[in-house]
Amino acid sequence: MNKRENNDDWDIIIQPKSGFLFVNISELWRYRDLIAMFVRRDVVTLYKQTILGPIWFVLQPIMTTVIYMLVFGGIAQISTDGAPQILFYLSGITIWNYFADTFNATSQTFKTNEQIFSKVYFPRLVMPISKVIGGLIKFGIQFALFLTIYVIVGYQGGDIRPNWTIVLLPLLLIYMAGIGMGAGILFTSLTAKYRDLNFLLAFIVQLLMYASAVIFPVSSVPEKYQTIILLNPFVHIIEAFKYMFLGVGHLTLNGLLYTGVMMLVTVIVGVLIFNKTEKSFVDTV
Amino acid sequence: MDDVVLKIEHLTKIYQLGEIGTGTLSHDINRWWAKMRGKEDPFLKVGVSNDRTQKAQKGELVKVLDDINFEVKRGEVLGIIGKNGAGKSTLLKVISQITSPTSGTIKAKGRIASLLEVGTGMHPEMTGRENVYLNGTILGMTKKEIDSKYDEIMDFAGCSKYAETPVKRYSSGMKVRLGFAVAAFLEPEILIVDEVLAVGDAEFQKKAIGKMQDISKGGGRTVLFVSHNMGSVSLLCNRSILLENGRVSFIGNTKETIQQYLSSAKVNSEFKRDKSLGEINSIEHFFVGDRNEAKDEILFNDEIVFSWKINFEDLPGLTLGFHIKTPEDVIVLADEIILSKENKKELNYLLPKTFLMPGEYFVNTALHIPNQMVYDKLYDKIGFNIVDSGSKRSKYNSNSFKIIVNSPGKWD
Repeated sequence: MNKRENNDDWDIIIQPKSGFLFVNISELWRYRDLIAMFVRRDVVTLYKQTILGPIWFVLQPIMTTVIYMLVFGGIAQISTDGAPQILFYLSGITIWNYFADTFNATSQTFKTNEQIFSKVYFPRLVMPISKVIGGLIKFGIQFALFLTIYVIVGYQGGDIRPNWTIVLLPLLLIYMAGIGMGAGILFTSLTAKYRDLNFLLAFIVQLLMYASAVIFPVSSVPEKYQTIILLNPFVHIIEAFKYMFLGVGHLTLNGLLYTGVMMLVTVIVGVLIFNKTEKSFVDTV
Repeated sequence: MDDVVLKIEHLTKIYQLGEIGTGTLSHDINRWWAKMRGKEDPFLKVGVSNDRTQKAQKGELVKVLDDINFEVKRGEVLGIIGKNGAGKSTLLKVISQITSPTSGTIKAKGRIASLLEVGTGMHPEMTGRENVYLNGTILGMTKKEIDSKYDEIMDFAGCSKYAETPVKRYSSGMKVRLGFAVAAFLEPEILIVDEVLAVGDAEFQKKAIGKMQDISKGGGRTVLFVSHNMGSVSLLCNRSILLENGRVSFIGNTKETIQQYLSSAKVNSEFKRDKSLGEINSIEHFFVGDRNEAKDEILFNDEIVFSWKINFEDLPGLTLGFHIKTPEDVIVLADEIILSKENKKELNYLLPKTFLMPGEYFVNTALHIPNQMVYDKLYDKIGFNIVDSGSKRSKYNSNSFKIIVNSPGKWD
């Protein structure tokens, strides 16, 4: 027997969970086909046995926008800073939905995959990542809807002011995906053992939306509260999105940098806690 | 060939028993604090072994795996046997990275794939083809690998015709075959299999065992195989380990290990239910003996008597049944009686002398309505030995040529 062997001779070494290991990127890359398969599964099976199918993707934002126009624009008479109401609300809903869907899907990672996780090993991050990518497909469809209405309104002489900042759109998506997934996997880790927080989930997203300038412009907020509301990273993302397409809103370099830092913190904390939970999850359920 | 591909050193796994109740969060914090200071877990009782006969106390920690050490070489098929609760499944789960060990290390060369269940992650709404890809990638294959084996997988499963049909329309047998076929074409260096052969019909089981033999012999791959079926273990494995209460109690060639396992299975010849319970439709007392008392050992030349005392109400079809089986799970005989008001609460059954050949036997009994309801059963609890007292075969070595019943025929 070769006594001089060292650990390099082995491909896999399994040891007790040693605190906070960071992500094994190369392992995740090896499982890229699995990520693709999960995305495909979610897309293929989502609208099985429905009549309208993917039309639901489009119907939901349209109906929400109509309600917002009636309630917030019509009855409450909240300003849209001069932008066409339909585009103001639809833009907010479109970008917000991407966050909400990512968060909702990833925050159930452990709960919905209990069965698979207890029977087979693969890097658990594969699941939330596939949800982030799958969400992009839905976002793409809703964004196309937004663009269609945007062009129609513009053609009919609506006050739209597209500008060069549109090139920053991918950055906003990365922010939304990062915060959504980071918060989602943090949430699913915290609820893996003690499920109390699950009861919060439903209205957290709802409350956050009202605090995130989806239905009002930051400029309509009284001066003294503006610094407080600008602490919310979502406000920067949604305002930036509106500025890109409608020319109204609040887009600053500092705001984007601040949001970027917040996103990185969320992702890092989320992944660390997720990694720690994943190793003992099967024993606690 | 001393090419070790899997090495397990001082592997220990501790579980907490009972439900998570109040105080667990504070226990967790205490434990974490002790760990941060590099101290022992303050809630871990020293020397607690996984003994299922004692009632678990709430919050008690139990060593499910206790200092396991062994090595597996390339191309070897290692059997893992042991009673329920000996830690077999936990060991497989730790090796396949589903749960992490409490201490100790596992080192492996190459990919590990585990098959603790067939068809993990299959989605009923998706077609057979889509599920082959989904299940394959879950088990660690790449899309390219599946592409190259897709036709073989479908052939092996016998589902080629239904590739584009959603799996929810498949029969349960087809689903199992499809799941196993995907796993069979995995090409990991180390494959971990947990009793999946217990599913499917006899023909498919034969095919599956054949495939496993091919994997190890032809492909030079290593297989870890857990089963309760001693038949398939001895067919597949050249070497086996025996787990008892979370410890490795024996490692050796499969035949010796099975022998060790069988002799370690301690059984009583008598069962008495706790008097205080007195439930209706239950077996209160059951024993094996030759007259009126329970006996572990019965002479070949003596009658065998089974005695029941049962508590039952008059239900249509209520049946008391039993069967005798060998430790290898071969059922020797079975009989039953339909109970009615006329029956007494105490029943006896007589087996003539010189009928069962010397050896070890189990007797399982149940109070039930066939195909409807099982009220009470005693399985794998009661056993007895027939001791040779001058049978014709006593001059032979019984291990190499096992006979169960004495021939009732005669030379003419």
